[in-house]
Amino acid sequence: MSITGSAIGTDKRGIRELGGEEKLGWDEVEQGVVLSSFDGSTENAAFLKPEEREYSDFNSYTATVASWRIIKPVYNRDICIDCQNCWVWCPDTSIISRDKQMLGIDYDHCKGCGVCVEVCPTNPKSLLMFNEASDNDAELAGWPVKEKKEK
Amino acid sequence: MAITSIKNLKEFSTNNDRFEGAHLLCPGCAHSMIVRELMNCTDDNLVISSNTGCLEVSTAVYPYTSWDTSWIHIGFENSATAVTGAEAMYKARKRKGTLKDPDAPVKFVAFGGDGSTYDIGFQWLSGAMERGHDFTYICLDNENYANTGGQRSSATPIGAHTSTAQAGTHSYGKKQKKKDIVSIMAAHGSPYVAQLAPNKWKSMAKGFQKALETEGPCFINTVSACTTEWKFDPKDTIHVTDLATDSLMFPIYEIIDGHELNILYRPKNIIKVEDYLGAQGRYKHLFKPENKHVIERIQSDIDKNWTMLQRREEAKI
Ligand SMILES: Cc1ncc(C[n+]2csc(CCOP(=O)(O)OP(=O)(O)O)c2C)c(N)n1
Ligand code: SF4
Ligand code: SF4
Ligand code: SF4
Ligand SMILES: [Mg+2]
Repeated sequence: MSITGSAIGTDKRGIRELGGEEKLGWDEVEQGVVLSSFDGSTENAAFLKPEEREYSDFNSYTATVASWRIIKPVYNRDICIDCQNCWVWCPDTSIISRDKQMLGIDYDHCKGCGVCVEVCPTNPKSLLMFNEASDNDAELAGWPVKEKKEK
Repeated sequence: MAITSIKNLKEFSTNNDRFEGAHLLCPGCAHSMIVRELMNCTDDNLVISSNTGCLEVSTAVYPYTSWDTSWIHIGFENSATAVTGAEAMYKARKRKGTLKDPDAPVKFVAFGGDGSTYDIGFQWLSGAMERGHDFTYICLDNENYANTGGQRSSATPIGAHTSTAQAGTHSYGKKQKKKDIVSIMAAHGSPYVAQLAPNKWKSMAKGFQKALETEGPCFINTVSACTTEWKFDPKDTIHVTDLATDSLMFPIYEIIDGHELNILYRPKNIIKVEDYLGAQGRYKHLFKPENKHVIERIQSDIDKNWTMLQRREEAKI
């Protein structure tokens, strides 16, 4: 077996060749592949909001799993109390919170699990699940006034 | 160490996530809730290892990575080995003055599933604990080898159905008790061990911060509800975890320096373990009359364990 591929690093060579004609063979990918999450400096990620970061094409942030969804959460700002329950428990980093405010859902990364709806404490809930194909504005217009309490 | 504020959820939410979406974990998987929380409770640079398992295969699917920190994938046994190797090298280079930024705060964290932690990586974990590296090991305990189709591990509780300990006409599922990994790690003389759960986000964040701040090898077992193998609706991950902590199937506690046990969560209403078992398909068969004795056994084990934990806390041992 020969390992002939050159190092795949920040030059994005890996992605181009995966998508283009010249796909790398399994034995051509160098062992110990290094994928850089960012273009340029990686040091300050903890201090930068997503919109301030220079994501590289290797970062899954630039990908989407929207096609996984068959149902989707819809967010109603009018009822939300910004408690951030949905933010802390979303498994897919898909609740957009900035400066202690819930802003909405990142539909590129949300898989439609429904956890956020379950942990939302308002009545009626500020998040509800709907069919993926439904229209958000129409669902917001018909938002329930008060949900029956469980139990 | 730059720990972030966990005073309340609003403050906590001002952290910038370093675990990115479009990983391929199942919808509702608790692994990512736990990983996000770990990464949000510090601003320090993180060097993280993950061995083979759901977390690793789902967060580094070529050509993508979901990690905004240094992260290494290593073989099934060796999460602790890899990250403690990095830690040893970091210390050596610091001593030799060859680090680019010797003052940058760095923390070393290893993630492992229960299959790797309790079973296959057990001796390597034990070795790393004994060598005394400055790192934190976090076990994502979903009580089975989820990534390969739900085989039983030594973390699987008695009575659970798994693909290699099946429930049927002649069997009620796994016959053996779950291994007490927390006590085993405490017996290594670790300065900080704990069992934490993502539904209790604050005690989990506090425990993570304590482990990161404590010098030496720390160990945390986290309850990671697995929608696929435990068989519940993905929306119910937090609900099922609530049932786990409120039935005391998963008590939340820490042990400092091998002694001094503190209970970190006391349910106001302790619920019957039946309510927890009944919420998951993997325990469905236990509700047949002939398996009633297994539920009784599980409840009695829980009661004894809770008594033991309370006595230890009271006696500070
Ligand atoms: C030495 C070795 N044995 C077996 C495997 C196959 N394998 C890959 S992932 C996995 C299960 C992982 O289970 P666990 O550690 O509990 O993590 P989970 O997927 O449940 O999060 C197994 C058995 C392997 N990769 N290496
Ligand atoms: S449905 Fe699931 S993935 Fe989507 S925003 Fe809610 S919690 Fe996150
Ligand atoms: S859980 Fe509900 S109330 Fe709380 S921030 Fe999210 S949408 Fe708003
Ligand atoms: S099988 Fe379980 S642990 Fe693995 S990704 Fe799915 S829910 Fe998570
Ligand atoms: Mg597992």
